[in-house]
Amino acid sequence: MAEIRLENLRHSYSANPQTDEDYALKRLTITWQDGGAYALLGPSGCGKTTLLNLISGLLTPTAGKILFDGRDVSRSSPEARNIAQVFQFPVIYDTMTVFDNLAFPLRNRGVPEAEIASRVGEVAGMLELTKTLHKRASGLTADGKQKISLGRGLVRPDVNVIMFDEPLTVIDPHLKWQLRSKLKELHLRTRRTMIYVTHDQTEALTFADQVVVMNLGEVVQAGTPVELFERPQHTFVGHFIGSPGMNVLPCEVRGGKAVFGGTPVDAANIGAANSRGRTELGVRPEFVSIASSGIPAEVVRVSDAGRYRIVETRSHGHTVKLLLKEGGEAPRGSTFLSFDPAHTQVYEDGWMAGAHR
Amino acid sequence: MNKTVNNKAWWLVLPVFLMVAFNALVPLMTVVNYSIQETFGNNEFFWSGTTWFEQILHDGEFHASLRRQLVFTGLVLLIEIPLGLAIALCMPRQGPWVSVCLVLVALPLLVPWNVVGSMWNIMALPDIGLLGKGINALGIPFNYTRQPISAWFTVVLMDVWHWTSLVLLLCYAGLVAIPDAYYQAAKVDGAGPWAVFRHIQLPKLKHVLTIAVLLRFMDSFMIYTEVIVLTGGGPGSTTKFLSIDLVQKALGGFDLGPAAAFSIVYFLIILFLSWLFYTLMMREEAR
Repeated sequence: MAEIRLENLRHSYSANPQTDEDYALKRLTITWQDGGAYALLGPSGCGKTTLLNLISGLLTPTAGKILFDGRDVSRSSPEARNIAQVFQFPVIYDTMTVFDNLAFPLRNRGVPEAEIASRVGEVAGMLELTKTLHKRASGLTADGKQKISLGRGLVRPDVNVIMFDEPLTVIDPHLKWQLRSKLKELHLRTRRTMIYVTHDQTEALTFADQVVVMNLGEVVQAGTPVELFERPQHTFVGHFIGSPGMNVLPCEVRGGKAVFGGTPVDAANIGAANSRGRTELGVRPEFVSIASSGIPAEVVRVSDAGRYRIVETRSHGHTVKLLLKEGGEAPRGSTFLSFDPAHTQVYEDGWMAGAHR
Repeated sequence: MNKTVNNKAWWLVLPVFLMVAFNALVPLMTVVNYSIQETFGNNEFFWSGTTWFEQILHDGEFHASLRRQLVFTGLVLLIEIPLGLAIALCMPRQGPWVSVCLVLVALPLLVPWNVVGSMWNIMALPDIGLLGKGINALGIPFNYTRQPISAWFTVVLMDVWHWTSLVLLLCYAGLVAIPDAYYQAAKVDGAGPWAVFRHIQLPKLKHVLTIAVLLRFMDSFMIYTEVIVLTGGGPGSTTKFLSIDLVQKALGGFDLGPAAAFSIVYFLIILFLSWLFYTLMMREEAR
């Protein structure tokens, strides 16, 4: 196990990258603690798989360093890095039994058979594969196969990091939840460093202690799920995380207030705003409420989302969504909105004012 | 609701039935017809029962051609399957060389069979052929019109040249279809090249290899044109394979009855061996 540090890591798939646009991963410096659970979250094509493959050694970085416990492994082979990876589609060795599949990484490293048997037995127990241990792996369902892939990572006691590349893509919805809790449980039990790549916010937020949000080859924000939710550093994070996403409204910064469509609004970070560039106001639907005075708005529609209702309103030509607990009367017609000042932020050119980038 | 019983839909099967009848059943039944009767022309037939079959099954010449045929097909499979697979493994999977390689290896498949025979006939000539003269120059006596060993060597080499590409292309297609994740997982699991071949490539190629073996088995078991042009079945009858024997009996001797019985036995052998190969290669699947 190891602490993983990435220093000014960059990667381009073109042989001779010129501009920033040529880089699939623009520039990244980050440290991941030993034994942590991390998620890389971002839309398809944002560079998260590239980053994963750089860490696992399937790709060699164009520039920068990858350090495992201070040791530079940027140019080492995946085998030398001693990592494990679970892929999007379950990779199993068809002709082998479940046992042989799990034993494969150990056998390749010349571990004695007696030790293999005990390790495989232990891992199979954790993954609830004991019953099928001597069946052929090809006969298992997708989630069973994915468990085998994971098991091949867990079976080696000295693995530096286990990486998951959207591992639940081919799993049936009702099993996704099970496998996800299994992963969380395994992490708590084994305390291995785990990096989980996904474009699904639920998977990322439930699995990880720290989530790294990426967009267009750049890290937009790294933080705990609560930080990402309450203080998104970029409007992208606000949109991407949360359902529905954050309301982002154009505003002007005047006299210590953010002015939205003529109405002054308090914002938590107004002190840091210097009204340069494009200024916007960000507030999550969770922190918008119906009030007797404030920002005038028109209710457009109310949709029921189970435990709460989503109210869509129009205010000064912009859509503002808010969440309402179930029960009570649904607002209609003209009303007023109020934004929770503690959870209302000013953004400049997309970035939160005062955020250190 | 009342169900109307109506069998008119069977008429819709008629076109397919006619097609199958004309391209398979009718010709086959004609042969069966010949195999159990005796004819002296004039469309007169006399019942002869299993006489022709008994005659063929006790025919020493048939036994000899069958043995030669089995040895030839065995050799061809033993050489072409591993060779095709080996070359496919060495071929680039991406980049500009892919199309160049594919065109180069596919060339032999585009040459008409009798041309292949003529090419090798000339090439193996001991006095002027590149191959024949070359081998003789090495101090090894080589003359395919006189020495059975030279003839066999040339015939097998010709078939390998002509058909290894087929195996190769099938294997290559199979290899290209293996997702990258398998190779990546193998790297992560610390598997060496042999383990990758044994546990990923070979299992994933099982189906294409089965097809390759079946195709090469059937084709080589029926080989005629190339050999008749190259050696004519000689020297003596040392390269007389089943088809050559059959043609000699049917056309040369005009022994239609025995030749028809021969054809049916020949067909049944191919059918049986194909079934055997298929069952053996697919038996793992059923478990």
